[in-house]
Amino acid sequence: MSPEVAPFDFVPIWTLILGLGVFLYVLLDGFDLGVGMLYGFAPDARWRALMVNSIAPIWDGNETWLVLGGVGLLAAFPLAFAIIIPAVYFPILVMLLALIFRGLSFEFRFKDAAHRTFWDHAFTAGSAVATFAQGVVLGAFIQGFETDGRQFTGGTFDWVTPFAIVTGVALMAGYALLGAGWLILKTEGDLQAWSRRRGRACLIGVVAAIGVISLWTPLIGREIAERWLAWPNIAILSPVPAITALLALWAWRALRDQRSEAAPFLAGLGLFAMAYLGIAISLWPMIVPHHFTLWQAASAPSTQAFLLVGTLVLLPVILLYTAWSYWVFRGKVRADIGYH
Amino acid sequence: MELDPLVLSRLQFAWVIAWHILLPAFTVGLASYIAALEGLHLLTRRAVYQRLSMFWLRIFAVSFGMGVVTGVVMPFQLGTNWSRYADATANVLGPLFAYEALTAFFLEAAFLGVLLFGRKLVPSWAHFVAALMVAGGTLFSSFWILAANSWMQTPAGHALIDGRFFPTSWTEIIFNPSFPYRLAHTVVAFYVTTGFVVLGVAAGMVRRGRFWEEARVMLGATLSFLAVMVPLQIVLGDLHGLNTREHQPAKLAAIEAHWETAARVPLVLFAWPDEAAERNRAVLEVPLLGSLVLAHDVDGVVRGLKDWPADQRPPVALPFFAFRIMVGIGLVMLALVTIGWWLRLRRRLFDSAWYLRLCELGMPLGFIAVIAGWTVTEVGRQPWTVYGLLRTAASTSPSLSGADVLISLLAYMAVYLIVYPIGIAVMVRLVRRGPHDAGAPDPIESGRPDLPVRALQGGGT
Ligand code: HDD
Ligand code: HEM
Ligand code: HEM
Repeated sequence: MSPEVAPFDFVPIWTLILGLGVFLYVLLDGFDLGVGMLYGFAPDARWRALMVNSIAPIWDGNETWLVLGGVGLLAAFPLAFAIIIPAVYFPILVMLLALIFRGLSFEFRFKDAAHRTFWDHAFTAGSAVATFAQGVVLGAFIQGFETDGRQFTGGTFDWVTPFAIVTGVALMAGYALLGAGWLILKTEGDLQAWSRRRGRACLIGVVAAIGVISLWTPLIGREIAERWLAWPNIAILSPVPAITALLALWAWRALRDQRSEAAPFLAGLGLFAMAYLGIAISLWPMIVPHHFTLWQAASAPSTQAFLLVGTLVLLPVILLYTAWSYWVFRGKVRADIGYH
Repeated sequence: MELDPLVLSRLQFAWVIAWHILLPAFTVGLASYIAALEGLHLLTRRAVYQRLSMFWLRIFAVSFGMGVVTGVVMPFQLGTNWSRYADATANVLGPLFAYEALTAFFLEAAFLGVLLFGRKLVPSWAHFVAALMVAGGTLFSSFWILAANSWMQTPAGHALIDGRFFPTSWTEIIFNPSFPYRLAHTVVAFYVTTGFVVLGVAAGMVRRGRFWEEARVMLGATLSFLAVMVPLQIVLGDLHGLNTREHQPAKLAAIEAHWETAARVPLVLFAWPDEAAERNRAVLEVPLLGSLVLAHDVDGVVRGLKDWPADQRPPVALPFFAFRIMVGIGLVMLALVTIGWWLRLRRRLFDSAWYLRLCELGMPLGFIAVIAGWTVTEVGRQPWTVYGLLRTAASTSPSLSGADVLISLLAYMAVYLIVYPIGIAVMVRLVRRGPHDAGAPDPIESGRPDLPVRALQGGGT
């Protein structure tokens, strides 16, 4: 949609980069938002301290992928940004406000000790509300928006649909599963056993949600139904549900097996990857479902080229030093230190 | 009364960004200060530098956290309320915002964890590198965000096709005419702002006779630093003004409340601009000085607001008064630094209680000047979001009703009015407590971080 003649098609690579960025966001902030939700159920102040500890040094970096997702969409697919974001005005507002409370409670839980209980609740509620809002955005996005020309023209509350509510709840279960997996990895003893039990509850929710959403999505649009059910797609795509089922089984066993500490997290990660793949298959090549393809929404080739040069250099460097910062805080978070 | 989504969106943007900018104004300077303290400690091994660094780190953690959560709000504003602006400018501005995230935000976030929680987990040089990276990140952030803002003020290097901007030269886009001035003036403003906070904190300690060694180190160094930075800031402001006269003459006319184009104009010290009558009331002015200051030439011509049709003029009163507040604060700062040096040379700095008290009162000066300066810049740009090319009225999201924006604005107001007072109170308390227990045994042992905040508090109480 740009007057320039493209010397090279940058759209596939930007799709890949942005897809990767959003996926990393979902995984990374997913597990720390999940820890935040589980936090509210932890019966013991000592456990809660450990739970916060396990994410305190890294949550900020995790949330930065959200910023990258936002500005990356603006830079690479501005038309999608300009249509989708105003269409989900209130979910975005609610998410941002929830993230404010949640982000600040890391510091204020202790430094504002007079209101400790308030900040404890803010941490859990903030995590839960932000997750739900993200799930609603996802659901609304899959259903699509009303547009006219380059603008969103629907109503402010078009996103309020049963489907979006279901995706909101589903994402809560999913993030909580990742959070439980993270806690199993980072803790031991009673807290770990508790996390395994919570993880199993979440897994049941996740499997139910994947089932419901997988059956529901084809009903939303004929294109999606045909994409999955027409021959030969149904044969080619059948591994997707099959692998998802196997992953769910693996997750269930890993959550019960006391010796497997990393597997629950990895299995949860795998489930997210498959769900993500499923959405991508349903929507490809649209970025504003029913209206604009990735190519139609893309920014000018010289914009994409200019940003690509730096991104290809910076992204690996970012991944390296982010990995280093995780490595510095490797190992179990322990409780036997710290109460001087 | 009809609720206008445009007016409300502008109010909302001004509200969230004005609160946000208070934090960079402090953290950009503080990050550099902490890196310097860590470096000095590495070099000299003097314990006082480490105690100071740990003291300021605790405060930094709070302000940085607030900077991040209010910052995450910002890019989404461009989509929620300014979607037509986003669609029109993304080809040019999108990469600048994205580069900010890629070069600055990840750097800050990854190394912040190590800086705050990792002192015992990594070698001391690596801890220093973490401090440097966080400081560098805050400066990269300023670079890109100010490049974006400056392009909106003085657009260059683009073609305008069907209402959308397309890049033609990235160097011209980034290094647009006002960018060098805005970057220099803003970064120095942030350093000065932080400097006055450090000065005030140190003065308070001296006055109460607490933390003598720390206070001396801070007071001496900061006074020297400010003796360079404050005059520099005034010079930079003057240069910035010349640049504005060249590229945004209507803004300059509003700043000076000049209605008629003329040579040998007076400098208006005070007036009550009457926009309906297109003239000033209650004027206090110095003849000829206006041309001298604004054009650096007594015969210099200064354009007046009547050169532009009324629908292309910015509001006058707001930039006019905000500018005077900023410049007034600049002069007050200069006076404070001069008096401080005079006392210092006469060896009376540490026992002039009245002066120390003044320094304590001076702590908010920088913040007020920063808000005032940005008010001049942004209100003076009106009625355009991209100066001369894209009107503010044509930038909003068309789907929003006045009620929608009213609800979100009230929500932002409520949340910020809860969060900021608490944040400020927490920081004040940390300052009161002083560098005291920073020397207590570090609770990070056996390679495991303690409760994050206890770790910051040095495990005290
Ligand atoms: C500590 C803060 C501080 C201080 C003491 C000053 N300024 Fe400033 N000024 C800023 C902080 C600032 C700022 C917040 O950083 C602004 C807003 C946008 C920008 O580029 O810098 C600004 C903007 C700004 C502008 C608007 C430029 C434009 O948007 O076109 C002018 C003309 C000046 N300043 C001039 C001055 C002068 C002549 C000063 C002499 C005393 C001065 N400033 C002191
Ligand atoms: C002069 C203007 C601005 C400057 C100098 C500035 C600088 C900074 C800095 C230094 C930070 C790090 C946190 C802190 O130190 O408090 C930050 C955070 C942030 N800023 Fe601003 N900012 C400005 C305006 C804006 C605007 C207009 C936007 C969006 C369009 C924005 C978006 C953000 C975001 C998303 C963060 C969070 C980063 C993170 O996740 O780590 N900022 N800003
Ligand atoms: C790159 C960064 C920035 C972007 C993209 C940006 C964009 C905008 C937009 C879209 C508006 C609304 C339209 C308008 O009323 O002009 C606005 C207004 C405003 N902005 Fe900026 N801005 C930026 C930096 C800043 C900074 C750093 C401040 C500092 C406080 C600031 C303060 C304001 C204020 C006070 C208004 C309201 C002006 C009015 O309504 O008359 N902006 N800006």
